[in-house]
Amino acid sequence: MAILNKEQAQQLLKKVLSYSKADECEINISGSEGGNIRYARNAVSTSGGVSQNSLVVSSAFGKKLGVATINEFDDASLEKVVRRSEELAQLAPENPEYVSFLGPQVYKESATYVPATGAIDPKFRADAVATSLKIAKDNKLVAAGFMQNSSGYSAMMNSHGLFAYNKSSNVDFNVTLRTEDGKGSGYASKGFNDVNKLDVASATKFAAGKATGSATAKALEPGKYTVILEPAASIVLLENMFFAMDARQADEGRSFLSKGDGKTKLGEKLVDDKVTIYSDPQHPEIPTSTWNGDGRPQEKINWINKGVIENLYYSRYWAEKKKVKAVPSPDGIIMEGTNASLEDLIKGTEKGILVTRLWYIRSVDPQTLLLTGLTRDGTFYIENGQIKFPVKNFRFNESPIIMLNNLDALGKPERCVSGESGISALIPPMRIRDFTFSSLSDAV
Amino acid sequence: MNRKDFLRNTAFGAGAFMIPRSMLHATPIEIQAALNGGMDVATKKILADVALAAAKAKGATYTDVRIGRYLNQFVVTRETRVQNVANTESFGVGIRVIANGSWGFASSNNVTKEGVAKTAERAVAVAKANAKILDAPVQLAPQKGYGEVSWKTPIEKNAFEVPVKEKVELLLAANAVAMKGGVNFVNSAILAVNEQKYFASSDGSYIDQDIHRMFPNFNLTKIDVATGKFESIKSLSSPVGMGYEYLNADPSEKLGGVVTRYKNRYDMMEDIANATEGVKQKIKAKSVEPGKYDLILDPSHLMLTIHESVAHPTELDRVLGYEANYAGTSFLSLEKLHSNKFNFGSKLVNIVADKLQYGSLGAVGYDDEGVGTKKWDIIKDGILVNFQAIRDQAHMLGMKESHGCCYAQSWNDVQFQRMPNVSLQPGKEKLSVDDMIKNVEKGIYIIGDGSFSIDQQRYNFQFGGQSFYEVKNGKIVGMLKDVAYQSNTQEFWNSCAAIADESDYRMGGAFNDGKGQPGQSNAVSHGSSTTRFNGVNVINTARKI
Repeated sequence: MAILNKEQAQQLLKKVLSYSKADECEINISGSEGGNIRYARNAVSTSGGVSQNSLVVSSAFGKKLGVATINEFDDASLEKVVRRSEELAQLAPENPEYVSFLGPQVYKESATYVPATGAIDPKFRADAVATSLKIAKDNKLVAAGFMQNSSGYSAMMNSHGLFAYNKSSNVDFNVTLRTEDGKGSGYASKGFNDVNKLDVASATKFAAGKATGSATAKALEPGKYTVILEPAASIVLLENMFFAMDARQADEGRSFLSKGDGKTKLGEKLVDDKVTIYSDPQHPEIPTSTWNGDGRPQEKINWINKGVIENLYYSRYWAEKKKVKAVPSPDGIIMEGTNASLEDLIKGTEKGILVTRLWYIRSVDPQTLLLTGLTRDGTFYIENGQIKFPVKNFRFNESPIIMLNNLDALGKPERCVSGESGISALIPPMRIRDFTFSSLSDAV
Repeated sequence: MNRKDFLRNTAFGAGAFMIPRSMLHATPIEIQAALNGGMDVATKKILADVALAAAKAKGATYTDVRIGRYLNQFVVTRETRVQNVANTESFGVGIRVIANGSWGFASSNNVTKEGVAKTAERAVAVAKANAKILDAPVQLAPQKGYGEVSWKTPIEKNAFEVPVKEKVELLLAANAVAMKGGVNFVNSAILAVNEQKYFASSDGSYIDQDIHRMFPNFNLTKIDVATGKFESIKSLSSPVGMGYEYLNADPSEKLGGVVTRYKNRYDMMEDIANATEGVKQKIKAKSVEPGKYDLILDPSHLMLTIHESVAHPTELDRVLGYEANYAGTSFLSLEKLHSNKFNFGSKLVNIVADKLQYGSLGAVGYDDEGVGTKKWDIIKDGILVNFQAIRDQAHMLGMKESHGCCYAQSWNDVQFQRMPNVSLQPGKEKLSVDDMIKNVEKGIYIIGDGSFSIDQQRYNFQFGGQSFYEVKNGKIVGMLKDVAYQSNTQEFWNSCAAIADESDYRMGGAFNDGKGQPGQSNAVSHGSSTTRFNGVNVINTARKI
């Protein structure tokens, strides 16, 4: 089935809703089309097309909920899926945390769909890979990379009159270039709604520069260093903080935001006052859907304002229990910065280490958000405002909370993709004092 | 698109139950529907023959067809309530071909004669398109056809046939033990998996397999109200390649000691009672003094260290660079293998790959490219002797046949080289855990796996755990917390000083071993007996924020 426009989606959802006999009924539908291509050892390895559509019906009788899904859209199938969800609801145990579906909401238009991204075809992907491979070969480097794009829509409607629709497009490109002797490695990862913003050649050249530049690494002693984290490095630390900003976890006493006795650090200053983090579905650099999966509007909201924890996100059940606004978790994260470039940050550094990327991040202690992981794909020693030489990779043990307290300077935010979770964010390069490297790694 | 290695859920909002991503996109069904047999084997053979003929007619020189039905059931609870009961199904066909020397793959959920023929033709078209930018044609190790054969996980009780009510009652009864014992939060779940896979290839194989896996587990948290500190302990169960019989507690499958540990049968009620007491001790435990310690590692912990530091770097696709942009490469190389003297570990270290092992997650009769499964050495007396390879890689190792470790997480994903069960062999001399601890002056005995991280070439790693016991002058003297150890793979395995005998051998495992772009999950087990590593660097992970 093709991608439905707003009117087609509304018409289909109305039809499905007309079959409902439950106390409450809510229907979510989504569909997407796209493709991918993968390459390694300077040659294409796999490629494929992906197309999917699914319709989810949630029916409730009292506090008993049943959910059924289907990917066939003829009338008989649509009626069948509604009946099936109703049967499952009748069989389900009562859920004491069930909250009635939302009524009608007002949403702003989103800017998440770009027709040019929707028009990407297999030839476009193959040409992009050919461009990337040529740069690799011209620089005597070995490339492995991946490109995928998708465009699709999602819509929902319920028996209380709520209707929401969004159309979006996305393209991701990431590449690792290694020197032929395996002593240098570089990486670049880009993701956009708008393919016109994707410059495969520039990203590949960036990775090539890191690969060539990192090939003669020297070992430095592990310890505390001033570091400059490029956005691709800091996103994988900061996302672990965002993922842990759930109000219920904090209220229940099992989060870095818990204080004991049911109290939390909401409203307290937890990090340096240069730190302001927010989400905004309308931001031109990182547009996201203006509603979330249960129909709540996504609005501009501050999470950390000048170092103070200003908001946590809630499930509708927990917000109702706590009698607060049910702020949903965000889709895109934006951290404020300055106009300084990465080069400006390097120039202002007496002694320090430039980190291109961090990898294999895992939680060590959820109460302090202590994380461990390693540098990779270009780690460099800075002295008197200049990059002096590449250094061997380090393992670190550090908490993003401690790190944001040791924040020294920020640069200009740029859109980056987490190499760990795949989420996108707008994050500045940052200079941090006393970042803890705990051991050396031989990995390149 | 997430993620390398062990996959994890990354939705905003902590505390999500770990469910393999591949299982989240399947269709919910009623339990009765899960128990009907699905499409019969005769029909599958007819459809497979249609696909094989269609691909051949379009110019394929090799074709394999996988008709798969993937069933999952989740029963998830917290404290006194059921959070989720879900049955899901995914059914379709994946067809892989070689045409003009190149691989092509296509899949569809339209499993009819027309549907499979069209899918086969699409796969050939993809292969021919890829062939235009091909450097070297695929070299497939020869494989004899098996004719019509079948294999089934040797289960005693199909987990899908056990009523949901019985599962809910068990989980809520276990939760009640923990709550009564004074923990603040408890999450518990039973996950059941059934892969009904039909494979046919142009080599003349028609293989019908019925594969079962399950995983009962819990995680409990205790909060110290005075300090606001909290600690968690999770169950000592493992995900297993078994039926519901895994939950039939059996004294002969238990090992005593500082805490009861389990072999091929699990006692959830006993384990949660032990964990409830354990978490109370853990919250009061002494914070570890950093330094060098002899580590005594229980199989429930060591399985993850084996997974990360031995099983991953011996995957041939990583060694060759196919995963350079995602899962990473390896510190091992063909040169190190061919030298026949690469000293991976001490002489005690013998590591085998095994796709047949009873109760393991990786056990199947045939892999996803129609190769009968087997067992082979990876490390022999401390020396690297082999990697893990599939049909199109065998020639790179000078082998004439595949190791039989090809796998796809679903019908709509292309199969590729995936890790088999990789296990440390027990010590040959009679040695108990008590004997092993008796000689340790300053050590830590670690049970259960925790935080884990390793670099992209598998040199430098850091592991946490669940329960840490301080060993002083040959005796366990109490619990420790804030423990993690760091080492280098080759250095660590060369510090292996003692391995308990066969009577202590157990397996652990995971459903969510991740690799590939787009990412795929693989289920795999790792066995060992309790093992001692001397002089390992331990760090203290406590911080203040």
